[in-house]
Amino acid sequence: MTGEWPLYEVFVRGKRGLNHVHVGSLRAADDDMALHNARDLYTRRNEGVSIWVVKAADIAASSPDEKDPFFAPSGDKVYRHPTFYDIPENVPHM
Amino acid sequence: MTVTEPAPSEAELERHFEHTIAKDQRIEPRDWVPEAYRKTMIRQIAQHAHSEIIGMQPEGNWITRAPSLRRKAILLAKVQDEAGHGLYLYSAAETLGGDRDDMTEKLISGRQKYSSIFNYPTLSFADVGVIGWLVDGAAICNQVPLCRSSYGPYARAMIRICKEESFHQRQGYELLMTMMSGTEQQREMVQDAVNRYWWPSLMMFGPPDDDSPNTAQSMAWKIKRHTNDELRQRFVDMTVPQAEALGVTLPDPDLAWNAERGHYDFGAIDWDELKQVISGGGPCNTERMERRRKAHEDGAWVREAAAAHARKQQQRKEVAA
Repeated sequence: MTGEWPLYEVFVRGKRGLNHVHVGSLRAADDDMALHNARDLYTRRNEGVSIWVVKAADIAASSPDEKDPFFAPSGDKVYRHPTFYDIPENVPHM
Repeated sequence: MTVTEPAPSEAELERHFEHTIAKDQRIEPRDWVPEAYRKTMIRQIAQHAHSEIIGMQPEGNWITRAPSLRRKAILLAKVQDEAGHGLYLYSAAETLGGDRDDMTEKLISGRQKYSSIFNYPTLSFADVGVIGWLVDGAAICNQVPLCRSSYGPYARAMIRICKEESFHQRQGYELLMTMMSGTEQQREMVQDAVNRYWWPSLMMFGPPDDDSPNTAQSMAWKIKRHTNDELRQRFVDMTVPQAEALGVTLPDPDLAWNAERGHYDFGAIDWDELKQVISGGGPCNTERMERRRKAHEDGAWVREAAAAHARKQQQRKEVAA
């Protein structure tokens, strides 16, 4: 049964110069099969030049709830953004 | 310092869910969702996946008899896409906790449905063209709005599927144009296929709005963006000029432009036929299910062998380490 086949998450690099991006998931018996299936499933039309597959169980993830305090540390630090600073308009190249 | 907040109550979670939907944001895997949303979404995605998988059969029927290598290569690519669409969708359903073996089991035991259209036979090669043009055209009408479904993984799968469906529709229409520029007999084959597939294509949009009890809830959850009748009308309006350009007659004497409405009027649909096909009494229901069951059973040894191979490789790695 496919229940024995672990779930893999698939990441594809669309072309050189871009990051790998998560495109979906699939089931496969092992890493090799996961790579081959990912090629057939997610890159039938030259969508990628490189594929990563990783067992879903091996991914550590933050909690999805937005109210989670996990992201709170960056919430009140507006001074980390360039728009926080008023610079006179006559100062060039800034 | 870590602030430990008390776990949010179910009412708070529900408010958060409603708020996300109201802001037109996407629900993502592991978000809290009402149980009814989860169930409805798993069923909707699974039935869509089943339709893609069963949808391989009517056209797959013609792969070995395609009239040229070009048409065979195109048809193979198309049927392979249908398999791909099924797999995108099964994995989207899994993100909600749907179990893949359970979904397959529900399909082959008849407890979950697939699109009624695939229970009609493909009698000639012209059917391949008409399926691409009308059936995939209707599917595109249905699916383009679903690219904005509130469930993120489903919406993303739909975006990929819609891109590929466009190839499906265009290859079908081109196939029909080629046949229409052929012999009288070929033109008759096309017209015959249109006659058989027109009404079942209109039925693909589901029962009329006044007989579609789940529509209101689905629209509130934004997992359905337009009603069945709205999408059906859009499909008719799109298709009439395409039929004229092709030189075929759509088999409906009541089909006529209504300037007042700004839409085409069309004749009454035989809803009894749809009910019959959905409840298992269509021309090919038994054959399609039997074929799917057999493919699943015949493939069992391959799945087991792959799993056994993976276990052995893993053991070897552990011994070597």
